[in-house]
Amino acid sequence: MSAPGRALSASLATCHTCALLMRLPPRTHALGCPRCGHPVHARKQNSLRRTWALVAAGAILYVPANLLPIMSVTHLGSGRTDTIMSGVMHLLHTGMWPLALIVFVASVFVPLAKLLALVLLLVSVQRGWTWRPVQRTRLYRLTEMVGRWSMVDIYVVTILAALVNAGALARVEPRPGAVFFGLVVVLTMLAAESFDPRLIWDRLGARRG
Amino acid sequence: MIAHPVRRVACPDCDLLLTLPPVPAGGSARCPRCDARLSRAPHRSIERTSALALAGLLLFVVANAFPFLTLDIQGRQTEATLFEGVRTLWTQDMPFLSVLVLATIIVAPLLHLSLLLYLLLPLGWGRRPPGGPRLFALLHHIRPWSMAEVFMLGVLVSMTKLADLADIFPGIALWAFSLLILVIAATLSTLDEEVVWARLAPRFEPTKARG
Ligand SMILES: [Zn+2]
Repeated sequence: MSAPGRALSASLATCHTCALLMRLPPRTHALGCPRCGHPVHARKQNSLRRTWALVAAGAILYVPANLLPIMSVTHLGSGRTDTIMSGVMHLLHTGMWPLALIVFVASVFVPLAKLLALVLLLVSVQRGWTWRPVQRTRLYRLTEMVGRWSMVDIYVVTILAALVNAGALARVEPRPGAVFFGLVVVLTMLAAESFDPRLIWDRLGARRG
Repeated sequence: MIAHPVRRVACPDCDLLLTLPPVPAGGSARCPRCDARLSRAPHRSIERTSALALAGLLLFVVANAFPFLTLDIQGRQTEATLFEGVRTLWTQDMPFLSVLVLATIIVAPLLHLSLLLYLLLPLGWGRRPPGGPRLFALLHHIRPWSMAEVFMLGVLVSMTKLADLADIFPGIALWAFSLLILVIAATLSTLDEEVVWARLAPRFEPTKARG
């Protein structure tokens, strides 16, 4: 096998959707994949700018998502409102600490860690770091994989609202915090999707000459 | 037996251009530089995946037609189906959440399973379904939004939250939904995307010698 080379340097591009390898004519930046019809670019378009915008939006919404109540429960005249964190504490106090831990990790830790990981990846690419490319690529794949688990609290609100409101004794109402939370999950998923991990390796090649 | 012949690929994660050695049936190949999975060749992928998709669709119907939890609050029983959860959010002026839950729990899993069946059943008989490449590409983009397994964790959390308010009984739909999660995970591990692409669009194959 010859020395490792980039597909880009050989004027080849991979379709993001169907993985077909094709020739990218000189001075072309985009073409339609002949196999699946989706647009093909040598690198995801405006990857850094789009990812920054989505990460920033996600980080801003992360604040109200955690500070505002996500639901309120009224039962026999007495009521309580829950934020994400107070829901976790409630689980903890009822002795369900493994579940409390899972919800804490999924709802509080994962979105924050995901945002921080994407910022690290963005900065590392923009500064042209050559440091640990394999680990950074792994970090990216992990970021892409775990985001979905943050949806768990949205589902809890849905299930409680559907079940409890079907009877007449109690009421469960979703609160705006849940909407912000849903937006954070969607935005961070889109952010991970718009980051192009090949940029990590492009900078490496440029450094080597 | 060789499932995928020698071919030139670029790693989707690090853009390394390499000539991939033949992948035997049941084997897989990873990128030597960044460890991304480049190829996988599960045994009898098309037959197994279409059988799983069919089973998944049946479970999907059961999971949606019956109540998934029954609640007993001081002798009064209430129950809810998945779709009622979506409808309740809508009537509570939460259209975004309602659509998000509908998309991730009902629409995406249903599309995932029915597209697999629509594409793989004819391919198993040596026929190419109309619109195949477009629909298989669509399937690729739908996959991250199908979150049945996360919903299941939500059910567990809900059950403990309700435990001090009422007695809770899992419904038939909940059992069907649990099986559905396993079946969806199984379709992901048996699906060999390269073989599907090769059969949907054979003119893009490097060699004609394919099982
Ligand atoms: Zn690689």
